[in-house]
Amino acid sequence: MNAQAVVLWTDALVFLLLAVVAGLVWTIRRQEHLRAPWGAVAQRPMAMAAALVLAVFVAIGLLDSLHYRERLPDSSADAPQYSVEVLSVFDALVGELRTQKEKTYSAPLAMQLYAKEFVERDGVTVRDYPRLVHGGAHLADAAARQPDIVRRVAAGLAQGLAASLVAFAALAVWRACRAGVAVSAWLDDWRAGRLGWPARTLTGMVTLLAVLGAVLLQLTDVYHVFGTDKVGQDVLYISLKSIRTGLVIGTLTTLVTLPLAIVFGIVAGYFRGWIDDAIQYVYTVLNSIPGVLLIAAAVLIVQVYVESNPQSFDTAAARADIRLLALCVIMGVTSWTGLARLLRGETLKLRTLDYVEAARAFGVSHARIIGRHVFPNVFHLVLIAIVLDFSGLVLAEAVLSYVGVGVDPTMHSWGNMINGARLELAREPVVWWQLGAAFTFMFALVLAANLFADGVRDAFDPRMGGRR
Amino acid sequence: MTRAGNLLLGLGLLLLAACSDTWNDPYPGSAADANVVYSAFAERPKHLDPARSYSSNEVEFTGQIYEPPLQYHFLKRPYELIPLTADAVPRPRYQDGRGRPLADDAPAAQIAQSVYEIRIRPGIRYQPHPAFARDAAGRYRYHALAAGFVAEKRQIADFEHTGTRELVAADYVYQIKRLAHPGLSSPIFGLMSEHIVGLQALGETLQKAAQTGHGTRLDLRAFSLEGAEVVDRYTYRIRIKGKYPQFIYWLAMPFFAPIPWEAEVFYAQPGMADRNFTLDWQPVGTGPFYLAENDPNRRMVLKKNPNFHGETYPDAGSEADRAAGLLADAGRALPLIDGAVFSLEKETIPYWSKFLQGYYDSSGISSDSFDQAVTFSAGGDPQLTDSMRAQHIRLVTTVATSLWYVGFNMLDPVVGGLGEDRRKLRQALSIAFDYDEYISIFLNGRGIPAQGPIPPGMFGHVEGVKGINPHVYEVHEGRIQRRPIEAARSLLAEAGYPDGRNAKTGEPLVLYFDTMASGPDAKARLDWMKKQLDKLNVQLVVRGTDYNRFQDKIRKGNAQLFEWGWNADYPDPENFFFLLYGPHKKVGTGGENAANYDNPEFNRLFERMKDMDNGPQRQQVIDQMQEIVRRDAPWIFAYYPKSFGLVHGWVTNVKPNLMANNTLKYRRIDPPRRAQRRIEWNRPVLWPIGAGALVLVAVIAPAVIAWRRHEKKVA
Amino acid sequence: MLSYILRRLLYAIPILIGVNLLTFALFFVVNTPDDMARLQLGAKHVTAEAIERWKTEHGYDKPLLLNEAATGMEKLTNTIFFQHSAAMFAFRFGKGDDGRDIGNEIRTRMGPSLAIALPVFVIGLLVNITFALLMVFFRSTYLDLGGVVLCVMLMSISGLFYIIAGQYFVAKLWNLLPISGFADGADALRFILLPVLVSVVAGIGSGARWYRTIFIEEIGKDYVRTARAKGLSEVRVLFRHVLKNGMIPILTGAVVVLPLLFMGSLITESFFGIPGLGSYTIDAIQAQDFAVVRAMVFLGSFLYIVGLILTDISYSWVDPRVRLR
Repeated sequence: MNAQAVVLWTDALVFLLLAVVAGLVWTIRRQEHLRAPWGAVAQRPMAMAAALVLAVFVAIGLLDSLHYRERLPDSSADAPQYSVEVLSVFDALVGELRTQKEKTYSAPLAMQLYAKEFVERDGVTVRDYPRLVHGGAHLADAAARQPDIVRRVAAGLAQGLAASLVAFAALAVWRACRAGVAVSAWLDDWRAGRLGWPARTLTGMVTLLAVLGAVLLQLTDVYHVFGTDKVGQDVLYISLKSIRTGLVIGTLTTLVTLPLAIVFGIVAGYFRGWIDDAIQYVYTVLNSIPGVLLIAAAVLIVQVYVESNPQSFDTAAARADIRLLALCVIMGVTSWTGLARLLRGETLKLRTLDYVEAARAFGVSHARIIGRHVFPNVFHLVLIAIVLDFSGLVLAEAVLSYVGVGVDPTMHSWGNMINGARLELAREPVVWWQLGAAFTFMFALVLAANLFADGVRDAFDPRMGGRR
Repeated sequence: MTRAGNLLLGLGLLLLAACSDTWNDPYPGSAADANVVYSAFAERPKHLDPARSYSSNEVEFTGQIYEPPLQYHFLKRPYELIPLTADAVPRPRYQDGRGRPLADDAPAAQIAQSVYEIRIRPGIRYQPHPAFARDAAGRYRYHALAAGFVAEKRQIADFEHTGTRELVAADYVYQIKRLAHPGLSSPIFGLMSEHIVGLQALGETLQKAAQTGHGTRLDLRAFSLEGAEVVDRYTYRIRIKGKYPQFIYWLAMPFFAPIPWEAEVFYAQPGMADRNFTLDWQPVGTGPFYLAENDPNRRMVLKKNPNFHGETYPDAGSEADRAAGLLADAGRALPLIDGAVFSLEKETIPYWSKFLQGYYDSSGISSDSFDQAVTFSAGGDPQLTDSMRAQHIRLVTTVATSLWYVGFNMLDPVVGGLGEDRRKLRQALSIAFDYDEYISIFLNGRGIPAQGPIPPGMFGHVEGVKGINPHVYEVHEGRIQRRPIEAARSLLAEAGYPDGRNAKTGEPLVLYFDTMASGPDAKARLDWMKKQLDKLNVQLVVRGTDYNRFQDKIRKGNAQLFEWGWNADYPDPENFFFLLYGPHKKVGTGGENAANYDNPEFNRLFERMKDMDNGPQRQQVIDQMQEIVRRDAPWIFAYYPKSFGLVHGWVTNVKPNLMANNTLKYRRIDPPRRAQRRIEWNRPVLWPIGAGALVLVAVIAPAVIAWRRHEKKVA
Repeated sequence: MLSYILRRLLYAIPILIGVNLLTFALFFVVNTPDDMARLQLGAKHVTAEAIERWKTEHGYDKPLLLNEAATGMEKLTNTIFFQHSAAMFAFRFGKGDDGRDIGNEIRTRMGPSLAIALPVFVIGLLVNITFALLMVFFRSTYLDLGGVVLCVMLMSISGLFYIIAGQYFVAKLWNLLPISGFADGADALRFILLPVLVSVVAGIGSGARWYRTIFIEEIGKDYVRTARAKGLSEVRVLFRHVLKNGMIPILTGAVVVLPLLFMGSLITESFFGIPGLGSYTIDAIQAQDFAVVRAMVFLGSFLYIVGLILTDISYSWVDPRVRLR
C-alpha cells in the first residue's frame, strides 16, 4: 500500500450526491412521464453541447475529489508514515504539471521569467530575464520557441482530429450495426440530422474538446500554457484545481438547500395555519439579514471550531475543506428561502385541486398525499431551481473571496485567483494571464451551466413549452 | 439602449463643459495651484487623542497637530533629539532613596528616582478653537451649552467664535494625568505606570472616583500626581522610578503632548459626542497644522495653524543633504505649505494610478508595481525606470528601523526549550527559510536579510562581515552568503530528525505555522513557506486564522511558528531586546515577548544593558546578547524592510525620517508645475467614446431598419 | 389600508427581534467581549484591566441574555442583548466600537449610496426593458437568438471582471473619469458615472433575459392575439398591451428592492471608494465592529420589511382584485 486514502468531508458529500443523482437517473429511466421532458432536453443541440462541457468539468472535479496521502519513502511497512500533503487522483494524473515550479511570474508559453534578475553570464553579473527551469527548457535559444510552439500545436491538432475521427468511425459502425442499416445510410442520416439526437453538434463538440485536449497535452509537456503565478506555480494547474472548488460550491449548496426548501415550502403550503406562519417567520428573518453577514459569521465560527479542535484537522487540506463545507452549508441556509416560497405558492394551489381534496376526504394520510400528489407536481420547479442556482453560486464564490469570507486562502479557487490578480493588473507590463485563465474557465463553466439550465427549463416548464 | 446612450452622451457633454482639460481630476472644486500636499490614508484612523493613538497611520495626523516637548532633528543621522516646545533637551537628575542628589555616573542600583525638569518656551499659542472662545466679560462662550445648540452643528468650524491661549506647563502635566484616565484606556498606561512615580496610584484613584461619581466628568486638575508636577508657569517636572534612560525618547511622542483642560470641558458637554465632537476626532494642538476637516469616510484636511509659534527650517545637515538640496530652505519659516489633503484610498491600484496621474504627490511602491518603477543598475543599485524618469519622479530609499521575524514558541514541546537538540532544530529551520529569496520574490529586493534583532541605523547594529549571524550565514570569499541547505540537513539530523523524520519513531516532522495573513498576496506567501521546509523534507501545515484567534493563540502559547514584526518606538536597542526579555513573556505575564523566550544569561545582560549609556561598553554587552539569541534562535531573523518611496518632481525637502512623525512642516511643493503636469498627463483619450457611439449605432441601426421594413410590410 | 400597514408594521417587531437575536448569537459565538476589547485596544501593551474597563465603558460587562443575579424584569433587561437592542427600535443605534456615532454615520453615508444605487436602478430598468422589447420584437429570428446568447454570455461573467475592466480601461488607460473617490454636489457626477456604467452593464445579461421571458409569456396570451387580430400593428401591440401588462410583474418585483437601495452595494462601493452604507458594512465586517454590524443588519431587515409592505400595496394598486385586509 503506497498511499492512504483520505476522505474529506466534501469528498464524502460529493459522492453521496453522485449516488443520489445515479438513483434519480435510474428512477427516471423507468418512468415514462419523467423520461419525456429529459428526452426533450436531449433533443436540444445547445443543451447537449453544454452538457458535454459540463461532463468534462464534472469528470475533472470527481477525479480531484479522490484524495490520498502518499506514503513516505523508506518508512517501514508495518508502521507506515504518510505525508501531510493531501493529493488527489487528479494530481497523480497531471503528474509534473503540479511539481514543475518556476521562481516567480512567467508569461504563457514563455521560456524566460517575467522579471529581470541578476544572472551571471560569462563571469559578469548582468540584469536580464533568466531562463525558466521547466518552461521551454528543451530549447536552445529564443528563436526556436515559435516554430516549436507551432509544431506542437499542429501535432496536437492532428492528434485530436485523428482521435475524434477514429471515435466517430467506431460510433458510426456500432450504431449502424445496431440499427441494422448500412454505414453509409447512417452517415446520410447523420448529415441530415435525422438521428433523433443532436448528433452533428455533439460530434463537433467532441472533436473540439479532443483537439483542445490534445493541443494542451502537447504544450503542457514543455511549457506553462497559462504562464506561472507569483510563486511560480503553473496557472493551468491552479485553474484546473479550481474546478473542484467551483463545482463543490455549486452542488453541495443545493444539497443543503433542497431538503430545507422542499420540506418547509410544501409543509407551509399544505398545512397552512400556524405552521405556515412559523415557517414564513423563519424565512423572513433569514431573508432580511444580508447574506454576506451570515456567511462571514459562519466562516468565523468554523475558524473558532477548528482552532479549538486542532487534532481533528491535522492537514491543511482538512482545514481548508471544513471551511469550504461551512461555506456551502451557510450559503444553502441563506438561499433556500426563494425556492421554499415558490413551492409554498404552488402547493397552496395544488391542495385545492379536486383529486387532492378527494384523497383527503378518503382519509389518506398527509404524508402519503404529499408524497404521491404534491411533490411529483412541484418537482419540475425544484429541478429548474437547481440548475439555475448553480451558476449563480459559482459566481458568488469569487465575490465572497474578495470580501475576505470566501474559501480558505490556501485553497485553489477562481475567486482567490481573481483576488490575487487585482494586484497583478497594477503591474506594468500587466500580468494578465491569471485573471485571463480564471475568466476563461469560469466563463466556460458558467456559460455551459446556463445554457444547460435554459434547455432544462424549456423542457420542464409547461408555460415555456412553445416559446419558439 | 438608445435612451441610455443619449443619457450617457448628455452626461459626457456636461462633464466636458465642467472641466475642459482634465476629466479625471479627483479633487473637484479645489484650486489647481493651491499650495497643498495631496496624500492618502488607507484606513480611517481610530483615535486622534494623543493619549490613545498608537498606530502609525494615526501618528501621521497627530504628529502634525500636537507638539510634545522634544522632536527628532529632521536631517541629522544618527537620530538626535532636539527641543520642540522645550527650552532644551532635559538631563535627568538622579536621586537616592532619601531624595539626595547623586552624580550622573552613579550606579543604577543606587538611583531611586530620576527627575526630568522641562522648561517650555513662553509665547506658544494653541490653534484657534471654540473651546478657548470668551465673550467680552471674559467668560467662556461655549462651556455651558444646551444639547440642542450642539445638535445644529455639523463640524467644529460651525462654531462662530474661536479663541486661543498660551501654552503652559500645566497642560503637559494634565496630559500625563490623562494617561491614567480609566475612560481613555491609554495603551501606554501599563508601561508608564511602571516608570512614572504615582501613575499607578492615580489610575486607581481615578477608577474609584469614576465609579462613585456616576458619569460626571472627572476633572483631572483636582487630582495630583507625584510623578508630574508644575514648577512654575513654564516649567514642569517628571519623576521616574529608578533609572530609565529611554524615557527621554517618549518625550518626543504625542503621548506627552499638551492638552488644554478647556478642550476636555468643551467636548464633555451633552450632545458633543453624538456629533463626533471629541478629542478623538477633533484635536486641539499647538503644532504647525490643525485638522480643518475630519471626514474619515472621504478625506481629512490639515490647514496651516495661524497661531504657530514660528519654527525655522534647520540649517545643520551633512554635505550629502546639501547636495540633495535639502538645505535650500534653511532658515525659512515653517511650515512651507498651506495644508494637506488626505483622501481615503483603500485599494492599491487606484492609489498607484492616481499617483502616476499626478494626483498624489508621493507614493510607496507595492511589489506589483515595482518593475514599472525601479530597475537595478549593474552594480545592484536601484534606479528609476525610464518611464518614471520621464515623469521627473524621484526615488527615496531608506532601511526601516523595523524587523520581521518568524518566532518559535519556546514553550512548545517540539520546537521550544533551550536544550541542545531543540536549538539545533531551530537553527536548521533558520537556514532553511531562505529569506534572501523571499526578499527578491516578494519585496523586489527591498529588504536586508536580518542578522539579529537590531536593525541598521540603531546603536548596537554591526555592519558587514563582523555582524553576521554565524549560525545561518557564512563568509565565502569575502561575501556573506546563507549557509547551504546541507548544513541545515545535518543540523536537523543532529536534532534527532534525520531527513525530516523522527529518529526514534520514524514519524515525519510536522510543524504548524500560524498566520493571520489574508488578502490577495497571502496564498503566494504561504505557498512559499511550505516550499522552504520541503527542502528539509519537513512538513509545514499553515493554520490561517483571524486577528482575534491569532492573538488568543499567542497569548495562551498555543502557537508553534508565527510571523511577526516590530517597529521601533525609539532609536535604542532596548526597544528590540526587550521583546526577548524573559520577564516580559507573553504567556502568564501578557508582555511583548511573544516567543516566550527566557534565557537567564540573556535576561541578566539585558538588565545591565538597558541602563547603560551608548558606548563601547554597551556595544560589548550587546554583542554578547546578540550571540546568545543567534545561538538559541528563538526567532528566525527574517529581514529588515527597506522602504522605497517615490515623489514627484514638484515635491522637495523629502528625507525619510523613521523616528520623526512631524515632517510635513518641512515639505515644499511647486504648485504651478504640478498643475501643468497634471494637464499634460491626463489628456482624455476620446476615441473610445466615439467608438462606443459607433458600436451603439451599429447595434441599433439594423434593428431600426428592420423595424421600418416591418412597419411598411404591415401597412 | 392604514390599519393594514399598521398591522404589518407591528408584525415586523417579532421579526426584527428574531433578526437581532440571530445576529447576537452568531457574533458572540465568534467574538467574546474580550476579543472585541482587544481588537479595539490594539496590539501593543494591553492589560487585563484595560479590557475590563473597555467592556464596562461599552456595556459588554453584563450577561448575554439572562441576568441570573438580577431580580424581576431586570433578569431580562439588565443584559447585553436587551441594553443593546432595545434602543434600536427607536432607531437610536448608539456608538460603534470605534467611538463614532452610528446614527450620524448612517445619515451622512445614505446620500452617496443612493447616488449610485438609484441611477443604477432606474437606468438599469430602462436599458433592460428596451433590450428585452427589442428581442421580443424580433422573436424567433437570429437577432433574438443572438440577443439571448449575448445575455447568457454577459451573465456568465463575474461582476468583478466588469469592475476591474471598467477601471482599467476607462479610468487608467483613457483618463476619462476618476478611478475612485467621491465628492458632494454637482461634482459627484463624474465619480458616480463609472460605477453606474459598470453596474448597469453588469446587470444587462440577467435583467434583459428575465424581462424577455415575461414579455414572451405575455405575448402568448389570448388578449394579445385578439388585439392583433383586430389589426393593431405589432409595435402598438407591443407597447400598448405587452409592455403595459408585463410591467406589472416587473415593477412589483422591483418595489421590494426599492427601500434596500439605501443600503448600497457592498462590492461596487468598496471598489470605487464610495463612502456609502455598503462600504460601511464591509468595513465593519472586516474590522469586526459588532455594534455597526448589528445596526446595519437591523436597518437592512427593517427596510426589507418595508419593501414587502410596499410590494403588497403596489399589487393592490395594479390589480384591483387584490384586497388588503
